[in-house]
Amino acid sequence: MRRILSVLLENEAGALSRVVGLFAQRNYNIETLTVAPTEDQTLSRLTLTTHGDDREIEQITKQLNKLIEVVKLVDLTEGSHVERELMLVKIRTSNSQRAEIKRTADIFRGQIVDVTGSTYTIQLTGTKDKLDAFIGALADAVIMEVVRSGSSGLSRGEKVLAI
Amino acid sequence: MERISGADAVIRSLQEEGVEVIFGYPGGAVLHIYDALFRQNQVRHILTRHEQAATHMADGYARSTGRPGVVLVTSGPGATNAITGIATAYMDSIPMIVLSGQVQSHLIGTDSFQETDMVGISRPIVKHSFLLKKAEDIATAIKKAFVIATSGRPGPVVIDIPKDITSPTDLIDFEYPDTVDIRSYNPASKGHSGQIRKAISMVMEAERPIIYAGGGVIQGEGCQLLTRLTRTLGYPITNTLMGLGAFPGTDPQFLGMLGMHGTYEANMAMHHSDLILAIGARFDDRVTNTVSLFCPTAKIVHVDVDPASISKNVAVDVPIVGDVTQVLEEMNQLVDAQISERTEGQKSALADWWSQIEGWRGQECLKIIREESDKQIKPQEAVQAAYEVSGGGAYVTSDVGQHQMFAALYHPFDEPRKWINSGGLGTMGFGLPAAMGVQMAYPDEQVICITGEGSIQMNIQELSTCLQYSLPIKIINVNNQALGMVKQWQDMQYEGRHAHSYMESLPDFVALVEAYGHVGFRIESVDDLEPVMKEAFALKDRLVFLDILVDPEEHVYPMAVSPNGAMRDMWLRKGVRT
Repeated sequence: MRRILSVLLENEAGALSRVVGLFAQRNYNIETLTVAPTEDQTLSRLTLTTHGDDREIEQITKQLNKLIEVVKLVDLTEGSHVERELMLVKIRTSNSQRAEIKRTADIFRGQIVDVTGSTYTIQLTGTKDKLDAFIGALADAVIMEVVRSGSSGLSRGEKVLAI
Repeated sequence: MERISGADAVIRSLQEEGVEVIFGYPGGAVLHIYDALFRQNQVRHILTRHEQAATHMADGYARSTGRPGVVLVTSGPGATNAITGIATAYMDSIPMIVLSGQVQSHLIGTDSFQETDMVGISRPIVKHSFLLKKAEDIATAIKKAFVIATSGRPGPVVIDIPKDITSPTDLIDFEYPDTVDIRSYNPASKGHSGQIRKAISMVMEAERPIIYAGGGVIQGEGCQLLTRLTRTLGYPITNTLMGLGAFPGTDPQFLGMLGMHGTYEANMAMHHSDLILAIGARFDDRVTNTVSLFCPTAKIVHVDVDPASISKNVAVDVPIVGDVTQVLEEMNQLVDAQISERTEGQKSALADWWSQIEGWRGQECLKIIREESDKQIKPQEAVQAAYEVSGGGAYVTSDVGQHQMFAALYHPFDEPRKWINSGGLGTMGFGLPAAMGVQMAYPDEQVICITGEGSIQMNIQELSTCLQYSLPIKIINVNNQALGMVKQWQDMQYEGRHAHSYMESLPDFVALVEAYGHVGFRIESVDDLEPVMKEAFALKDRLVFLDILVDPEEHVYPMAVSPNGAMRDMWLRKGVRT
């Protein structure tokens, strides 16, 4: 099962390498990883997605919690949550395809953020599934380049991950 | 406020922590720190012959005293040589502080002379690590390192110190903090009382209970409470390799060690139990055999300070995360209050359980079989002789292999911290330097190192250190002229093809130890074993090396049947299994 773990981490040199190293060392997989400082500059917030059954995820969260620089963490997938990922896709466009691609982008609420005579760069945000679906919908187009941020997320409602 | 250099701040911090001895080896990146050491006489430095040995000495010191061992090494090869010892300490949760020199800050990342990324290399085998950036951070980092290394589940902490921040010309304000706040570090302390009550009600109702206690009980100073609980309950108890001594080894309630080379009675009792009270043990693969076949009828209560140890390998019914002393205190109170309510039915169930266990014990799985006319020494007899001659109260370290298992099985330990071996990592070369660390901590106590001719050669250079510091260790070299445990597996699983498990050019150990300035004896006949050992132990102020030639064909039994075996599946003798 896919899980989204959200981690508050001391914003210190080497802290991220401990998290990443733990996954390699204990044979856990990381599907996506995104990290940046929070409004409190001493803390970073890291979101990672991984796969595992309940027992594996329990071990991952326990082992993460043992890292001294991990302040707090939550498995967002345990409750209702908002998940977003940002994707930029550069597409080769022939004149005959341009209108169709723009329509598809509109349907997915994507924005065309760069245009040349032969390319569109489309920005799309949403869940992983939505971004995957958009790529699928572009099956006939020539995708030149894709970059995805990896998922971020927050719990819905009053629930927060903070110190 | 004092104005001192970074190097002096390092040593002053160690003084403030009450460190009496450190183990190390100098080199370029730590010269300022060594100079600071030279200019004081509170912290004693032991010059080893190899950095790996320095870490094992600090480890032996820590295991025998409960206080953290401290190591000082230089950058590059000094740091990498320390890695095996750090990993050894990590696997057995031993508190250790490793101060490693680093090249000057401006050279970091340039592949400069004797540069290595120590924080990176050691990352998977430390509880935490620090790469210091400025001299002002030294005191706080050292304070944090001691707090982290010694609390919760203990472990090694590395502090990597660039040379420039220890410069004697750059002075800083020094004040050692009394406390430090680490907001992200809150090790579990108090076990949940509701869980403890639930656990004890299961413990009281069990018909075939067993207590399975490991090294965590020793680390957490819970041995007396464990012994009291076990005696009040009247239940059988087994210890892990790391837990030997947590409960008196000569007590009739003690079934011996469990696991891959555990006793028949301990493994059978585990397998057939209906309740396992696991305390400070981690269901290691060397204990459980095949996890899916592990103790099929048992409910499991697991007490551990590390939440990640719980339900890691084996799912448990009642987890209790907490400090072992506090949990055992509460358990004792509950049991004391409830023991008189035990029904006749419960008493008779326990009596039946004990009679079943006595039946297993009657198999005498550790009986040594020898022909009267055969004068060749059995390795088990070498261990037994050391127990008899020393009176049984000595500190015993071991290396890794057959001799380690023979020591664990044939030398009972009545007290904690007396048995010192590398259980988790299984580090050959551990025994001698660990014994030296113990002897440093307890100069007047008897320290024995049980080793083999393979392991001893992995750190034999430390015989030189032993002479320098007059360490009267008694080394029992169980010499079967082979890497015995490797050979045993080759006998059992590779049709006797002994691929590189023989040592064909062994040194004359007696001549070798004499060259190092010590006393050596070679023993070949069983008739000489005790007399010569007595002579050796009578040399109170000398290191004596006993090179004991033993039967090279001997295997360690019992041995778990694997793969696909349960705890009850054991080889009992050559070709004979359960």
